[in-house]
Amino acid sequence: MSAQAVAAPREKVAAPEHRETYLNHDYSWKSWLFTVDHKRIGILYLLTVAFFVAIGGLFAMMIRAELLTPKGDMLEAETYNKIFTMHGAVMIFFFLIPGVPGVLGNFVLPLMIGARDVAFPKINLLSWYIFVTGGLLTLFVAATGGVDTGWTFYAPYSSTYSNTRVAETAIMVFITGFSSILTGLNFLVTVHTMRAPGMTWFRLPLFVWSAYATSLINVLATPVLAITVLLLALERIFHIGIFDPRVGGDPILFEHMFWFYSHPAVYIMILPAMGVISELVAAFSRKRIFGYSFVAFSSLAIAVLGFLVWGHHMFVSGQSAYAGLVFSVLTVLIAVPTAVKIFNWTATLYQGSVEFATPFLYVLAFFGLFLIGGVTGLFLAAMGLDIHMHDNYFVVSHFHYVMVGGMVTAFFGGLHYWWPKMFGRMYNEAAGKLAALVIFVGFNLTFFPQFIVGYMGMPRRYHAYAPEFQTLNVLSSGGAVILGAGYLLAALNLIWSLKFGKVVTERNPWGATGLEWETQTPPIPHNFEVTPRVTQEAYAYHEMYSGKEAHGVH
Amino acid sequence: MLQELPLTPPSASTFAPQVDALYWFLVILSTVVTVGIFCAALFLSIRYRRKPGVAPGNIEGSLKLELLWSFIPGVLAIGIFAWGAKVYFYAAKPPKDVMDFYVSGKQWMWKVQHPTGQKEINDLHIPVGRAIRFTMTSEDVLHSYWVPAFRLKKDTVPGRYTEMWFQATKPGKYHIQCAEYCGTKHSGMIGECYVLEPEEYQRWLSGNTGEAPEVAGQKLFENLRCVTCHMAGQGQRGPELTGVYGTKVQLEGGGEVVMNDEYIRESVLKPLAKVVKGFQPVMNTYEGQVGEEEIMQLVAYIKSLKAQGGVKQ
Ligand code: HEM
Ligand SMILES: [Cu+2]
Repeated sequence: MSAQAVAAPREKVAAPEHRETYLNHDYSWKSWLFTVDHKRIGILYLLTVAFFVAIGGLFAMMIRAELLTPKGDMLEAETYNKIFTMHGAVMIFFFLIPGVPGVLGNFVLPLMIGARDVAFPKINLLSWYIFVTGGLLTLFVAATGGVDTGWTFYAPYSSTYSNTRVAETAIMVFITGFSSILTGLNFLVTVHTMRAPGMTWFRLPLFVWSAYATSLINVLATPVLAITVLLLALERIFHIGIFDPRVGGDPILFEHMFWFYSHPAVYIMILPAMGVISELVAAFSRKRIFGYSFVAFSSLAIAVLGFLVWGHHMFVSGQSAYAGLVFSVLTVLIAVPTAVKIFNWTATLYQGSVEFATPFLYVLAFFGLFLIGGVTGLFLAAMGLDIHMHDNYFVVSHFHYVMVGGMVTAFFGGLHYWWPKMFGRMYNEAAGKLAALVIFVGFNLTFFPQFIVGYMGMPRRYHAYAPEFQTLNVLSSGGAVILGAGYLLAALNLIWSLKFGKVVTERNPWGATGLEWETQTPPIPHNFEVTPRVTQEAYAYHEMYSGKEAHGVH
Repeated sequence: MLQELPLTPPSASTFAPQVDALYWFLVILSTVVTVGIFCAALFLSIRYRRKPGVAPGNIEGSLKLELLWSFIPGVLAIGIFAWGAKVYFYAAKPPKDVMDFYVSGKQWMWKVQHPTGQKEINDLHIPVGRAIRFTMTSEDVLHSYWVPAFRLKKDTVPGRYTEMWFQATKPGKYHIQCAEYCGTKHSGMIGECYVLEPEEYQRWLSGNTGEAPEVAGQKLFENLRCVTCHMAGQGQRGPELTGVYGTKVQLEGGGEVVMNDEYIRESVLKPLAKVVKGFQPVMNTYEGQVGEEEIMQLVAYIKSLKAQGGVKQ
């Protein structure tokens, strides 16, 4: 059966009572905890990242509550420092990095390439166990003393002066890193070896390209983080003289090693999200992605360039000014492949057949927020300006726009898009749209004032601040409540749908291309009844809809 | 003017207007870009919203457009880089005639020594219109000295010296804040910078006495007995220090090093790391006997030996 060509968006499958799906073929808890099915592992990731993001969100609310007034009157200084540290560490290591690859990547990547599973299903499960172990132990460390170094763990504060539980946390980060490395390896091998017949590299959906680029970074950069935090733990316990100048070490070396991983890590967070946006733009405008190969290669360009810019976090650290020049010019150049993506997505809409469904509203929100995040990155990349901006709230706002406005918005869009395929139920559309709108408004209210207060001179990681910064902080805290309500509404809507949502049995409720829409909804345990054969490029919407009425299934 | 808007901190150094100019340029540019692209996406979505009976078009892409929208952002990006670099290098290159201040960060306070010896904690009093250079270090963890009104900050790093220079342009009182997270009371590591008219500054100085760093340094030089080896004239055991600051020194076992603040500091704490050609590795370390402030005074003294061309009295 020629898969994509025959894919009929309106295919009706009678709802037989005993349709076997990956969800209902076995209900035992063992079948979940020992599953090697990539789809079930995706669901496990969904549950666990949801748990971690809720914890991280709670910390965020405590931060915003403290910052309502200039005095540090709600929390002790040390408690505040521990809370922002845990907020950053939990969000980055246990939500932003594993979120899209762990949940959406696991669920859809094998489906998209027409595979039965990932290349190493057991290792895939192992990744999840490592991730959960690392996460839970980190929370345990947080609950039994905590750590107050900031997620950046700068030495020699972390190695020598902090009397919180730095070594334990470093070891947790070390452990969790292996989860990223293994998932990365798994995806690389899967994409290389498991593609269905006819699924050539240039027929891959763009989500697969970006997951591939991300996996490359994961495999190459995460070991550096592992070494860095391990050395940090060793320095702390044995004072071996790597980072602490009192025993012959160099704190700037720590900064270099930390950012050598952590800058590429920001692309680990955003590239998969960009892949999701490519899928959504195509599906909801029913158009081939404009400039497919430029979008694909821009992911690789970002992955490669991303390794060469880490010094832009160190313009005022005492790093050589000439090194700074190189880092600055390479940083601004990353804006080019990023811009290429945005322009191609926008151009895709031209002559499209655009449906303003919930996932598409998230696409528009992503455009707005990610654009602001990207252009403010250029402010920071301009070295002279960064002298003033570095470590103030402008930076905080910049990275929330890219990571939360970018990655989280795309994640929610993708989740709504693939939700019916995952669970065979449809959420309430009106509530879905409302949530997207509330998130967009709440996000801007929370973070836009932080650009201004940063330029006005408010440093980050301050428990108490000068009175003139209060108005903007109150605005930001108010916005955070709205933003939180938006996320909660979106989450509740999805949860509600599991029981009360409209049942979806159609294979392709959105009328989209892609092999994941050609299998049963929800898929059978082994994904495809017969191995699909691919005869067309990705996003063959024209072939699908030309001559026919544009089809409004949904 | 722009600096009166409450959107920016006061502008009180020669550097500040340069930063503000670049900032406002970028604000305008990025507003145009962001609003432009977002509105284009919104417009296209509405214009091509789904209508029954209308099939989507079939477009592969366009090499011309790809090149265009790579080239234009590329040129803009390089422009931003170049402007940013120009501003940065202004801050990196102090003018010739500067007043040398020594700053040391410590959990959770700033310690400052004036060229005339006065010391302050947290606050800073400086004259308007004079170029001032900070030589900075830290006694414990990383800190960062930030005066938003000057748009300047620089990390202070234990075991190293960093430098920052500025020239205040407007008398007034401005915040000093530590910008690099340094532990529990990080947000309390703050002070006020008082920019004073020159006469006022003189009055402030005379109300606070102290020894000029190079004078204090000379006393240390004698008390710590540095003088026995380094100023003994004929057959001395240690290299001559008069007139060598800023010059290149040949090392035992090959190589050379510039005699600068870092090298002096290293020689006091780890004398055997780089031994000057023709000398025995006999100097003992002063680690534990001298603090960062005292090392800075020794540096100031050795610097003054260059300026005076001989032992200063
Ligand atoms: C056009 C693209 C971008 C440019 C030019 C850019 C530039 C920069 C620069 C120069 C800094 C350092 C600022 C400072 O500390 O003084 C920075 C910080 C940061 N950026 Fe970006 N960035 C871009 C995109 C992104 C993306 C896509 C992400 C994440 C998804 C991201 C996440 C971050 C984070 C997390 C930090 C701060 C980390 C910390 O100090 O804790 N950036 N960015
Ligand atoms: Cu970066």
